[in-house]
Amino acid sequence: MTVAYQRRRVLWDVDYAAPAGKLTAIVGPNGAGKSTLIKAVLQLIPTASGDVAFFGRPYREQSGRIGYVPQRTSVDWDFPIDALGVVAMGLYRKIGWFRPVTRKYRQQALAALERVGLAEFASRQISQLSGGQQQRVFLARALVQDADLYLMDEPFAGVDAATERAIVELLRELRSAGKTALVVHHDLQTVAEYFDEVLLLNNRLIASGPVEQVFTTENLRRTYGGKLALLDLVGSRMSTK
Amino acid sequence: MTNFVRVLLLQDYNTRLVLCGTLLFGACGGVVGAFMLLRKKSLVGDVASHAALPGIGLAYLIMESISPGSGKTPVWLLLGAGAGSAAGLYCAGLIQRTRLIKEDAALGIVLSVFFGFGIVLLSIVQSLPTGSAAGLTEFVFGKAAALTAGDVASIAVASLIVLSICAVAFKELSLLCFDEAYAAALGWPTRQLDLLLTSLVVAVTVIGMPSVGLLLVVAQLVIPPTAARFWTDRHGPLTIVSGVLGALSSAIGVLASALVPRLAAGAVIVLAGTGIFIISMLFGTRRGVVWHSLGQFSARRRIGQLDLLRTCFEILEQSIGDASPVECDLTAIPISRHQLLDARTWTEARLRNVLAAAQRDGSIRLDADGNFRLTVEGTRLARRATRNHRLWELYLIHFAQTAPSRVDREADEFEHVLEPDLVEQLEVLLEQDRVRARVPVNPHA
Repeated sequence: MTVAYQRRRVLWDVDYAAPAGKLTAIVGPNGAGKSTLIKAVLQLIPTASGDVAFFGRPYREQSGRIGYVPQRTSVDWDFPIDALGVVAMGLYRKIGWFRPVTRKYRQQALAALERVGLAEFASRQISQLSGGQQQRVFLARALVQDADLYLMDEPFAGVDAATERAIVELLRELRSAGKTALVVHHDLQTVAEYFDEVLLLNNRLIASGPVEQVFTTENLRRTYGGKLALLDLVGSRMSTK
Repeated sequence: MTNFVRVLLLQDYNTRLVLCGTLLFGACGGVVGAFMLLRKKSLVGDVASHAALPGIGLAYLIMESISPGSGKTPVWLLLGAGAGSAAGLYCAGLIQRTRLIKEDAALGIVLSVFFGFGIVLLSIVQSLPTGSAAGLTEFVFGKAAALTAGDVASIAVASLIVLSICAVAFKELSLLCFDEAYAAALGWPTRQLDLLLTSLVVAVTVIGMPSVGLLLVVAQLVIPPTAARFWTDRHGPLTIVSGVLGALSSAIGVLASALVPRLAAGAVIVLAGTGIFIISMLFGTRRGVVWHSLGQFSARRRIGQLDLLRTCFEILEQSIGDASPVECDLTAIPISRHQLLDARTWTEARLRNVLAAAQRDGSIRLDADGNFRLTVEGTRLARRATRNHRLWELYLIHFAQTAPSRVDREADEFEHVLEPDLVEQLEVLLEQDRVRARVPVNPHA
């Protein structure tokens, strides 16, 4: 798959098969195209070329089996809605067109909030939640779909230690239930601890596979080091002028 | 006076009619406006209404040339208006697709260009031998008083259709407004939903033109939802309250203009809406300025009192040295203003205010030498305030792994929201003796 913004190629020839039933981290420097990858795969942004298949079928047929947790900053948290309302949005597809959100669905949403430990915050206005709590509400919204594949964009960004532990626990529960998760992750120190597989991205696919084999210094240097080397070069050019 | 009563009791047929028409439009505008507010596209209503003008002009000219004399048939003019609005919004979308011009500038361009073109068309119509543009300018400024029964019937039907669509597609439209990307990922046709919303805006514009005129339609789309925002924190009630406030402002406007001659109903409706907005902003139960300020004021006052009492207690602790604070009579020890100023970083003015309030409350009294002493009640409160503060500090240090150097400031922020059951839990956690009101030792000492 290739994704381009006007002339600039953001993702180049990424050829990847995500392993089922595993927790995979997508890792790379800023601007590497990690968020772009997730958005392109979900058809939120157009691809210049390439095909994406979910469980062997195109996205349209499978969108019910895929849970998406976008970046926390992608939404205006001043929207007048409570935590339960946000989680219930994950069920809208199941409820169907023009049908109301009945008590049955609200119970399901509440159950999802309990799974992330936010049951008492169900009627709390979302602007009054902390960053970690907001992230967990997003997570609950994806969980309530009971999907088979979860795509998460930086779920650990800016969350407190308790929330981080809660999210990791949840990911492990998902894995035991046979679900798959692809998670954009920025903290290199925890990749080996939290994830089974890793995808190293820097506009191109650098390496992918089990963490023990692929998450090596050499590969990391190729993923991150490239940029640093370029900055050095630019710096030395400018100083000689 | 009799006229006043007559109007208010709706005995006047004309007033009843106009009220009906504008009430439904007001509700409609409020509801659709609520979605546009949440979508952050309130300006779209403005563009839709201004872009309708050339549509009206062109429709008139076309109709006149096809069958002279029928140019002013309302149906065609309104259709023209709708087409003009739609064309304007479409152009705005095209401009935005260049990615160079963002939404606000694109809408501004379209609004001015289309409206200017509309004015040109109106002046052309004016210069034609067939007639004046009077019938057309009515659409610009509205002529609520001239609504016929037929007009009101059409407005009613159209409004009900719009309101039903909003009710039925409520959750889909809310999802679109809150998180479009997520909606798209879930498989919802976001572009079509956006189109639906835009169509509703165009519909509301067309519905409102005969009554309030196209210049002021946007007011009914923007003011009721913003006023409603101060009354509720949930999107369902927000939409409903917005509709109600829209209808209310219409009602007030129509009745007021019926009472005072020569008052354009459209303009008064907007003024009524503004009045409602100001009242909502000041007194709204959710975020009204008045309640917010009062809340802040009382919180600041309470915090000031607690800080004062705790400071007094700490000063007294130091004065009595090793003796236990439980046994000593703390009301007998004087505290000077100087000591208080030194203990905390507060200004003279703040200290003065806080001391005055404490004296009024009866927790502190002035003695013969000009120093301050705690009263019996004051001692009790001071003891409790200090205990809560220290318990929280200990909790932060031992359980939340906060460094002792940072704890004081954190405790300062939290102690004031400590409820009795939370304090009990803290005590159990720290295995404190609950029977005696013992104050833990200062962890900084």
